Amino acid sequence: MCTVCGCDGKGQTIDGHSHHHDHGDDGALNYGAGEAGVHVPGQSQTRLIEIEHDILSKNDALAAENRSRFLQQGIIAINMMSSPGSGKTTLLVETLKSLKDRPVGVIEGDQQTSNDADRIRETGAPAIQVNTGKGCHLDAEMVGHAMDHLAPEQGTLLFIENVGNLVCPAAFDLGETRRVVLASVTEGEDKPLKYPEMFAAADAMVVTKADLLPHIHFDVELLIENARKVQPRLDVLTTSATGAPGITPWLSWLNGLTLQFQEAAE
Amino acid sequence: MHEMSLAEGMVTAVQEQSKLQNFRHVKRVILEIGALSHVDPHAMEFSFEAATRGTLMDGADLEILSPAGQARCFACDSDVTIERRGDGCPNCGSHQLIVTGGEDMKIKALEVV
Repeated sequence: MCTVCGCDGKGQTIDGHSHHHDHGDDGALNYGAGEAGVHVPGQSQTRLIEIEHDILSKNDALAAENRSRFLQQGIIAINMMSSPGSGKTTLLVETLKSLKDRPVGVIEGDQQTSNDADRIRETGAPAIQVNTGKGCHLDAEMVGHAMDHLAPEQGTLLFIENVGNLVCPAAFDLGETRRVVLASVTEGEDKPLKYPEMFAAADAMVVTKADLLPHIHFDVELLIENARKVQPRLDVLTTSATGAPGITPWLSWLNGLTLQFQEAAE
Repeated sequence: MHEMSLAEGMVTAVQEQSKLQNFRHVKRVILEIGALSHVDPHAMEFSFEAATRGTLMDGADLEILSPAGQARCFACDSDVTIERRGDGCPNCGSHQLIVTGGEDMKIKALEVV
């Protein structure tokens, strides 16, 4: 048995620790035969270093930079996330048409095409498209670069339309002021339970396409109940961008947020 | 598959560590991926192998520790363990839970040469 680590020298591990040094065929401890080829007194060839490095630390640091930039410039940034096709761009287009009296800006995230940014620009709002290529989410670095190009004016209400995906964007802090998840009534009521990370990370849920409710079997209350199972403090706003009940609840929520930030700034 | 970009970020972080802590090769990586974190351990294993190929972490063993989800229940005023988000309090069934642990995604330690 190896007197250094207590193993039998044949590669087995003890208490989940792998073997720290090489044993020769003759049972000798070969400290100089390891990968480094030398022996430093007091230090084995292989060493265990504890680093406690947060996997998202690089993104989180860049998100913190974005956040302080938003604060300095009085920008309210809304990170909008949902599955593809739940109506993010349509809601945004209608929202921008109603916000003609204040500075707005949009960062559009999609894997490919600038279709969404084109739709946004038609409303007269400045927009920049970020194509993530194979990427499945926006990250803080992309948003920082987009900010450089968009150069929004002081006090802008900035919408960041994330890549349509209910999984990956949840993990990436962009430095946003609030996170909003959209759920359309043509999806299942159990979406929040199927994709809990996304709903748990959200401040508000916008229920979209509510004008379709008379024509389909969808229980809005059940959707809300499920969403609050993963995020008990979630704000819920039921809307339709193309019919009743309109998008007033969402606009009021945005106004409330703006007032809250204006008061905090004074 | 955001695990791929996380794995690539890990390689960059470990490369930086190799200069600070003076090592040339990584034999084992110990990750902590909380049960309520944003990472699927199987997807991470797959991405890890792909992202580390040809780097100083090539061939490294990946060990994943998965601490359980911890939450505070405001209904029955207790600290509880939950398996996943959306689960009710195991004591009282309430969903008035605030997650307090098991969300971390960390490189805990590296075994290096």
